[in-house]
Amino acid sequence: MSFCKRFAQNRGALVGLVILGLVVLLALLAPFLYPDSPWRMVQRPFLAPGEVSGFWLGTDVMGRDVAAGLAHGAWVSLLIGLISTVVALAIGVPLGALAGYFGGRIDDALMRFTEFFQTIPNFALAIVLVAIMEPSTFSIVLAIAIVSWPPVARLVRGEFLSIKHREYVEAARLVGQTHRDIIIKQILPNTMSPVIVLASLMVATAILLESSLSFLGLGDPDTMSWGYMIGAARTVMRQAWWLSVIPGVAILLTVLALNLVGEGLDDALNPQLARAR
Amino acid sequence: MSEPLRHSGEPLSHSGESLLRIERLSLALPEGADRRYAVDDVSYDLGAGEILCIVGESGSGKSMTANAVMGLLPTGVHASQGRALFDGQDLLAMNEISHRALRGRRIGMIFQEPMTALNPLMRVGEQIAEVFEAHGLLTAKARKERALALLEEVRLPNPQAALRAYPFELSGGQRQRVMIAMALALEPELLVADEPTTALDVTTQAQILHLVKDLQQRRGMAVMFITHDFGVVAEIADRVCVMREGKIVEMGSAREVLDSPQHEYTRALIEAIPGDAVPPSRDEAPAKPLLAVKGLDKVYRSSGGWFQPKREVVALDTIDFTLDKGETLGVVGESGSGKSTLGRCIVGLNTPDSGEIRLNGVDLRALEGRELREHRRRIQMVFQDPYASLNPRIRVGMAIAQGPIANGVNKAQAMKQARDLLATVGLDASAAERYPHEFSGGQRQRIGIARALALNPELIVADEAVSALDVSIQAQVLKLLDDLKKELDLSLLFITHDLRVAAQICDRLIVMQKGKIVEHGSARQIFLSPQHAYTRELLAAIPGRAPHAEPTEAVAI
Repeated sequence: MSFCKRFAQNRGALVGLVILGLVVLLALLAPFLYPDSPWRMVQRPFLAPGEVSGFWLGTDVMGRDVAAGLAHGAWVSLLIGLISTVVALAIGVPLGALAGYFGGRIDDALMRFTEFFQTIPNFALAIVLVAIMEPSTFSIVLAIAIVSWPPVARLVRGEFLSIKHREYVEAARLVGQTHRDIIIKQILPNTMSPVIVLASLMVATAILLESSLSFLGLGDPDTMSWGYMIGAARTVMRQAWWLSVIPGVAILLTVLALNLVGEGLDDALNPQLARAR
Repeated sequence: MSEPLRHSGEPLSHSGESLLRIERLSLALPEGADRRYAVDDVSYDLGAGEILCIVGESGSGKSMTANAVMGLLPTGVHASQGRALFDGQDLLAMNEISHRALRGRRIGMIFQEPMTALNPLMRVGEQIAEVFEAHGLLTAKARKERALALLEEVRLPNPQAALRAYPFELSGGQRQRVMIAMALALEPELLVADEPTTALDVTTQAQILHLVKDLQQRRGMAVMFITHDFGVVAEIADRVCVMREGKIVEMGSAREVLDSPQHEYTRALIEAIPGDAVPPSRDEAPAKPLLAVKGLDKVYRSSGGWFQPKREVVALDTIDFTLDKGETLGVVGESGSGKSTLGRCIVGLNTPDSGEIRLNGVDLRALEGRELREHRRRIQMVFQDPYASLNPRIRVGMAIAQGPIANGVNKAQAMKQARDLLATVGLDASAAERYPHEFSGGQRQRIGIARALALNPELIVADEAVSALDVSIQAQVLKLLDDLKKELDLSLLFITHDLRVAAQICDRLIVMQKGKIVEHGSARQIFLSPQHAYTRELLAAIPGRAPHAEPTEAVAI
């Protein structure tokens, strides 16, 4: 109860939650709003928004309905953004925690492993991975996760390094808590603030990365995504700007909403801020 | 306030005209703070060439007036009434530009924390020269000469080298001297010193106090000296102003206030400090030794990089002592003496290089795994910083219960025990449901003690357990520790830099210097007839010890 209350006190977070809710709703309702495939040509190409009734966002270069694409693309973009972030956290947080907590050889080994991934340019690695595995939603999610976990590991490791010497962690050691309990119960909750903020940004980057892959033709050929829409419209930016702006605004709003929610979560989870507010 | 207190707002006549005059000043706090005014209707005068000590505990508003004078009020705090007249000009009505011209030039300030008050990336000489530069004075060459002269004046050893040193190359006391040199650079008429000695060792504190007093007399400055320590007051003050919760409760000459305090709060504050009290002799019933430490060594080695030489610091050098059951053993020394390392080795947070630590005859260093954990449980620690020693995200009850839970007690029972323990340390059982930040420093320290007690230890190591607390709270926590010790048949290893605190609670003392034990004996014996020169130095440096007595030959070094 107190958690929801605290979250609700943050107006920005509520706004973010509402926007995010709308995007999710749009994604869920897409098959009902636009039962036809978003790939189908339905009208003359390059219709401006509102030019012909029934196509309130216009049509694209191939005469496909932009509104239908937006609705169907929401699902893919959200899915890819969220799942790849969750996977990246699942790799990065434990690695960073172990490296920071135990230090020494373990730290050296894990960090060299992390640097191995960091030295290869993100996008190049993602392209290679998708190309090898053949483009599909699964391979895109995996590729994005694989290129985006190293910063998480670095961040978590840094936080662990500074927190593991705090007196309360030493107190926990003295009462005989196991390493596992100390990592999970004592230190991890205190590292969550920056991780949550980073994660909300990572969802954003993941959506953008997917867009870039789609733009290069490495998107899942069966699914419409916002990134594909922007990519397809890039060549006609001057004739039909709305074709790239509309999905662009959709990405912007979603990312903004995620950031707001992330910040709100962080505040609500932090007992100290709760009172200061 | 029925009795006629000595704090009427009239200017004090003995030192002529007042240089700084605070008139009915109130500083309003932002809404939602725990009280409306940080400083409430406060008036006092500070004459030229006078040292006024403003004494109070944390939260008394003692620093706030100084901040107002310097124009350093935190955001959200503003003066709601009154004036602060400096040489006839109202500082509060002044705009930022004219205020800035005054700061540094006519009003100097020294801060509490010499570690953070200096820019770590600037050489000391440049930092001092910057003061002249900020006011557009002197040429670059003359600035450097003045900086050197100032460093000589604050008696830094080897001022030439200090000029070129970075702050991290200097000790805390030396840094504070640099701060003083900077504050004095433009020969201010008023020096505001906000707890300038609190972060320093006793012997360094004594030197700095002496320096401030000396400079004040030579230059005829007025000094506003903010402190929480009546010992310091006795050393340095001409007049004293005691504050509590934003109000002045008592004001008068140092001698009057110290000898015959009128207000009960002042009396309580003065009584809370043992001053020159000598620890009572305690009956030494022969007891069983609980802890025996033999030949303990610890050297800190920094491995050094490719281009750096290895560094070695000897923290413990063949330490031997025993601690009997039911005894309180004090470990005293200054920072860097190895006293904390000793405590940490005994509880097992640090691993000594060699030596034995025997608890009930069992060498802890030979144990492993489960057995070790079983024995470790019997030694618990109370930490120094009540703000850092509790996990901000764990409720107090859980913080106490997690020890027993980790040792196999079921959760409901452990939580019940935690509530009982909270009552034992004088807190409400409902505290268990709250988070640490909702408690004051003293209350947090009680929680820390409850946590240490949760595992039924035989020995508690208290590392500077009260040094972060106000004096009156200090006395309460010390009493709690002492009571618990008797009640629960505990032994205490009490690590402190403060001999006054050690005098209050310890049966026996160990004096450490540079990793070695230089003296040990009963507390009374060490206070009355210290054998080692270092112990005598430490004792002589206690501020306010025998305030009015002339130092005798035996004490002076």
